[in-house]
Amino acid sequence: MKSNKNGLLIDYEYCTGCFACTVACCQEHGWEAPLSGMKVMEIVQDLPKDKAYLTFLPFPTELCVLCAKRTQKGLDPSCVKHCMANCLTYGNLRELALELEKKPRMVLWSPR
Amino acid sequence: MGKSKTNIVKTTTWSAGPGCHGGCGVLAHIKDNKLIKIEGDPDHPWNQGRLCARALAMTQYIDHHDRLKSPLKRVGKRGEDQFVEISWDEAFDIIEEKMKAIRDDFGPESMIFSMGTGRDIGPWICMLAYAYGSPNVMFALSGNACYSPRIAALDTVQGDYCVFDAAQWLPGRYDNPEYKVPECMIIWGYNISATCPDNLFGHWIIDLMKKGTKLITIDPRLSFFASRSKHWLQIRPGTDAALALGFLHVIIKEQLYDQNFLETFTDAPRLVRNDTGKLLRESDVLKNGSRDNFVVFDNQTNTIIIWNTHKQEYSNSRSTPSLTGLFEVELLNGKTITCATVWDKFKESCAEYTPEKVEKITLVLAKDIEKAARLYAKAKPASIHWGVPIDMTPEITPLCHAIASLWALTGNLDVPGGNVFTRSAFNAVAYALPGAEGVIKLKDQAQDKTRIGKDEYGPFNKFIWRCQTDKVIEQIFSEKPYPVKGLWMQTCNPLSGIGLDPKLWQKALEKLDFIVGVDLFMTPSLRYADIILPAATFLEKDGVRSWWVPLQTINKALTVDGCRPDVEINFELSKRFDPDFKWETIHDLFDEILKPSEMSFDQLSKKGWALPPENHASRPYFRHEKGLLRSDGMPGFATPSGKFELYSTLREKWGLEALPYFKEPPFTPISRPDLFKDYPLILGTGRRSPAFFHAEHRNIPWLRTLDPDPVVEIHPETARKNKISNGEWVIVENWMGKARFKAKVTKIVPPWMVMAAHGWWFPEKKDDPLFHTFESNINMLIPMNEQGKDGLGTPMKHLLCRIRKEVTGVKNNEI
Repeated sequence: MKSNKNGLLIDYEYCTGCFACTVACCQEHGWEAPLSGMKVMEIVQDLPKDKAYLTFLPFPTELCVLCAKRTQKGLDPSCVKHCMANCLTYGNLRELALELEKKPRMVLWSPR
Repeated sequence: MGKSKTNIVKTTTWSAGPGCHGGCGVLAHIKDNKLIKIEGDPDHPWNQGRLCARALAMTQYIDHHDRLKSPLKRVGKRGEDQFVEISWDEAFDIIEEKMKAIRDDFGPESMIFSMGTGRDIGPWICMLAYAYGSPNVMFALSGNACYSPRIAALDTVQGDYCVFDAAQWLPGRYDNPEYKVPECMIIWGYNISATCPDNLFGHWIIDLMKKGTKLITIDPRLSFFASRSKHWLQIRPGTDAALALGFLHVIIKEQLYDQNFLETFTDAPRLVRNDTGKLLRESDVLKNGSRDNFVVFDNQTNTIIIWNTHKQEYSNSRSTPSLTGLFEVELLNGKTITCATVWDKFKESCAEYTPEKVEKITLVLAKDIEKAARLYAKAKPASIHWGVPIDMTPEITPLCHAIASLWALTGNLDVPGGNVFTRSAFNAVAYALPGAEGVIKLKDQAQDKTRIGKDEYGPFNKFIWRCQTDKVIEQIFSEKPYPVKGLWMQTCNPLSGIGLDPKLWQKALEKLDFIVGVDLFMTPSLRYADIILPAATFLEKDGVRSWWVPLQTINKALTVDGCRPDVEINFELSKRFDPDFKWETIHDLFDEILKPSEMSFDQLSKKGWALPPENHASRPYFRHEKGLLRSDGMPGFATPSGKFELYSTLREKWGLEALPYFKEPPFTPISRPDLFKDYPLILGTGRRSPAFFHAEHRNIPWLRTLDPDPVVEIHPETARKNKISNGEWVIVENWMGKARFKAKVTKIVPPWMVMAAHGWWFPEKKDDPLFHTFESNINMLIPMNEQGKDGLGTPMKHLLCRIRKEVTGVKNNEI
């Protein structure tokens, strides 16, 4: 059964927190700062023995429309196209879900 | 009127705009001479369609309401905001008249041509300075401590600079069969993905990580790379040379080095005199012997033989030079001395740096040092890449020497996936960078005589064609040996970014007779200029980019009324200053720079980019084996003696230590316990923000919102001790000065260190003509004139400070 809904696969292991997605979205949709369809969160995780781990999580906001105009033309959403770490993938949610099994530290996002 | 079409222009980033060192292929969508969108060019091998936040914000940059769009003339006092608009012709006329008067009255050397980093300014500022007749081109950072020290240090010991190999030289990049993904990579003091410095694309390392490269990260901060490393070595800032020597200690002790490379391509068997500590030369032992030739001991015949530097061969080709041992040698004067080999001396330098001792110095655990050294040395191939903290320490050259010895001794030099030599593609060299003679150069060497710092510092005489920045500032005040009267300041904002001890710079600017500033926005430093010229972004100009690979053109996509590209400004004035100026048009100049590629600007522009062909000196690999590095075509390196020099002949000539060593930097808890009592935290500065390039971009809304305030990172424990909460304003201070920052309480930094952001001024705060540039400027805490013995480096990554909560109710400028 093929879903007709698309979404974003976010491989947060490789997100460096460069904000290319955030600004790419502003440019594409003309958002004025601080609005954007993509935010990047910095998460400093506490680990045992006083250790820590730094993660960045690109997060599509309420403003994200998955670049409908672009995807209709067969283009990737602007954040996906410009992601410097190539850690965002746009596609069919069911197909993307299969990718989750292949590699850890990823999340799947479904648009509103 | 018909509907206007959107035109897509393919071009190459090289600031102004993103600010960085550029190289990305972009597609600029232009409609009615306006940039409506910019995207990464998916066909471009450098960025492969990707693009950073700063480049993606170009529409806000180009049309910014604060952009300078007319030349300005100062009508008030220096530092005030009293300027009137004048025409370009009038501006050029005034500049020509004033600068010619300085040249006539005081000599051309009395004019300094100063640049920051970023922008394609290097060649064009040299062109102008040299056309005017001044050798004094200045990179305005204390100790010239960015990039050229690393280049000069590597040129000193291995003849060429090198960087990590991400297949950037190869068609098809990672898929090219010649390429090997490094098994291991050491990232040394670098958060490269944030700003793509040093002509590299930071996210290539992420590409490699996905392909299996394991990381060792050396960084006091918990960076993205540190979190994802097999070994994260949280080093005490400024102790990198001790760590490198510790790695070498392990590699030598466990014999993890490449014996063939050691024997064939290094100076390891050369004899060093025990009486003087200097190399034994042919002239010491043979009548009519050359000082350029060296002596080794042959195991088979039990005699000395000669390394002939000119012929690049031993006097007996069947000899087996001894790498180790103590030898008695009779000198010409009949005296007998004992000699050791370079290899024994080198090993001796590393011997005391046991992992236990290095742990005490660096705070990195001994077992981690051992594990990291083994991982790196056993991985084939492996690479190292280093960031600007390497330059930002006074003993930068011995540090580079130690690190270079790591990639050399492990056989990772100019191999696929290792550290590969960098030469400008096709040897198309625009201007004199260390190690390269360019199309743009001084007319004759006599003009170079007055260059400041040239005679005092070896590397400035041999590799770095700039003046020594600290000496320039000193000379502005001392006027000895000649007065400095004028300053050409292009892409350079010393009061906010590149100038350490910025109040000293302010005094220097106040003292000068004539200052020209060239920039895109009004800056605190421009307030001191007599004439200001509005420059253009990379989208508003033609240009060439000959910096390693690929060879590219920058293609004009649009114009902004009133602004002119740096190259055009400097070209026009060069013609006015030099009646024999060589080129008619800018494209003539571009064509000459590109000549070695056998392409004209127009041809390359159509092609987009070009990589050098196989077996060209500017293309890897194994060039030292193929004889592609030396002008005589012999195998070996472009060093004075032809070998990778574990014992540096140039350093010996300059009267400096010829072997790598560690020396505690000048302002640390160890070297200055007296200061440490009052200033108990190590101050690091200059962690990179992906939103900004140094002092730029605070005025671009999409970028400023990502990193809105000057931030100091403080560990939770340290914050608690100092009664500071996250988000509070704090004062960071030391014996030099103070600055205010917003506290970011985070475990990214260790408890014993704080990290303060750099480059902060407030273009939006127009109540102060200097845009509050001294308020949150971390350089207020950093001294100048702390360069190393060879004029290079500065201790800006390892100072001391204390922090306290800002007292509220006090005005910002009275902290």
